[in-house]
Amino acid sequence: MLTGKAWLFGDDISTDHIAPGRLFHLRSNLPELAKHVLEDARPEFAGQMEKGDFVVGGRNFGLGSSREHAPTIIKLAGVSAVVAKSFARIFFRNAINVGLPAIICDTDRIKEGDRLEVDLEKGVLRNVTQGYEESFPPLPPVMTAILNEGGLVPYVQKHGDLAV
Amino acid sequence: MGQTLVEKILSAHAGRPLRAGDMAVCEVDVCLTQDGTGPLAVRQIEKLGIEKVKNPERTVLFLDHAAPSPRRELSNDHMLLRQFAARTGCRLSDVGDGVCHQVIMEKYLNPGELLIGADSHTCTGGAIGAFATGMGSTDVAVGIALGKTWLRVPETFKFVIEGELQPGVYSKDIILHIIGMIGADGATYKAMEFCGGTIEKMSVPERMVLANMAVEAGAKCGLIASDEQTRKFLAAAGRGDKYRPLAADADAVYERVYEIDAAAVTPTVSFPHTVDNTRSIEDADCRDVKIDQVFIGTCTNGRIEDLRIAAGILKGKKVHPGTRLLVTPASRQVYGQALAEGLLAIFNDAGAAINTPGCGACVGVHQGILGDGERCLATQNRNFQGRMGNVNGFIYLGSPATAAATALAGRLADPREYLG
Ligand code: SF4
Repeated sequence: MLTGKAWLFGDDISTDHIAPGRLFHLRSNLPELAKHVLEDARPEFAGQMEKGDFVVGGRNFGLGSSREHAPTIIKLAGVSAVVAKSFARIFFRNAINVGLPAIICDTDRIKEGDRLEVDLEKGVLRNVTQGYEESFPPLPPVMTAILNEGGLVPYVQKHGDLAV
Repeated sequence: MGQTLVEKILSAHAGRPLRAGDMAVCEVDVCLTQDGTGPLAVRQIEKLGIEKVKNPERTVLFLDHAAPSPRRELSNDHMLLRQFAARTGCRLSDVGDGVCHQVIMEKYLNPGELLIGADSHTCTGGAIGAFATGMGSTDVAVGIALGKTWLRVPETFKFVIEGELQPGVYSKDIILHIIGMIGADGATYKAMEFCGGTIEKMSVPERMVLANMAVEAGAKCGLIASDEQTRKFLAAAGRGDKYRPLAADADAVYERVYEIDAAAVTPTVSFPHTVDNTRSIEDADCRDVKIDQVFIGTCTNGRIEDLRIAAGILKGKKVHPGTRLLVTPASRQVYGQALAEGLLAIFNDAGAAINTPGCGACVGVHQGILGDGERCLATQNRNFQGRMGNVNGFIYLGSPATAAATALAGRLADPREYLG
């Protein structure tokens, strides 16, 4: 069970907001890059978030570049999961590949600071502060298998191949 | 029941007939990474314990995003990539050779093939009837190591474009118009197939602009049939033997069909900070928008055809004193052609700064970072906040003609008023 509080980010959060090009030189130093995670969307986030907190977006979260550094540093910062109404395709796939849960559900009712609980297996998000639940759709089986192994590299290490 | 272009190509690579919605493991023909995503891909391949990559002659590592390197850390990343290429036999496209998506089309990709690239604009390859899509470093690392990837076959949105473009209006304006119409997530997870009379007449370099920007509508790929134009393009690139015609079946099933009248498209500009925030240049919002920097280049519009259009407008004139103009040819080949045709002299005489072939100012690492509150009109494909290295900058997107006209006027300008 994942638990933590919600940080709201709104629609169209791009990979430039998450891991901007001006910090290109930190891409081979992920712990350092993670100190700037989402800085260009909410400058206070990286310094104030606590381990387990949730990044809550609106539509089209993670649009833009293919840089896997974006979900990687969100995970490295200690975020439990990103919850959004919809995700850009490459970001979504990258998140699963690096072992960061990306959850698609309605986020309109979530308020800043709400305490959330997520049960990935049951596909349920519980808003503890407001006392309601939302269910979300399961991932396709190949992605569930990758996420369960902790990402694509451990998956391939274990299975030696890809299967759908 | 017939197949769409994407269904055909993916079926051929999975070894079984596929339909939209199917999941499949597909053989990969070509893989690419660039200097921002390559180091992580290399580390993942190392983590997998793979020493012999599947297909080194068709795996290309590009040094284009930060080239020449502006920082020590990036120089070290470049070294890592050069060493990996030397050790595995993968191809290296070094500093000054150009942007990955341009060079991959000049030298590597053929119709009907499957390309995965650790760069979102890998979709450019769809312009010659290939399946080309952007993924993250780890997916591409696995593609390089095993020669395969998993995919969900996307549903297709068909864009039928008919009619003649007005002078001063280009494929860039068409794609900005389309994204303005359907939104930055209007084709998320879908394939966008472009067809119709306007497309049939378009050269491959113009088609590349459409395919390049498919990802800006959220699409997995942008595709155009391989036809006579493709044959001409490949013949000129010295790969005439690789040509094969490829088109969707007449009875293919599309999720949606959009019809676009090319004659009604006007020069179009995206306003900050999203690509779908578009305006016709005729719109009142476009009046009196002072522009500090104009940037002509990138995988979207840094080709020889683009430089010819811009030079045609700039010839014998000077860039407005309140504006600076940056020109970055997309590749060494483009640079060489521009030099031979005298275009670089035109840019130089007009007062432009000409940069090394590569991504240039596009990604905000170097060669044109904006100052606080500055506005830039760029021929690139995205204008997200912070994109050009400063979260307090404002990026507008347009065609090379709009860019050249704007550089002369010092404010957003209608290229139709500057045509010779
Ligand atoms: S030119 Fe810009 S969009 Fe194209 S590959 Fe380079 S950074 Fe990406």
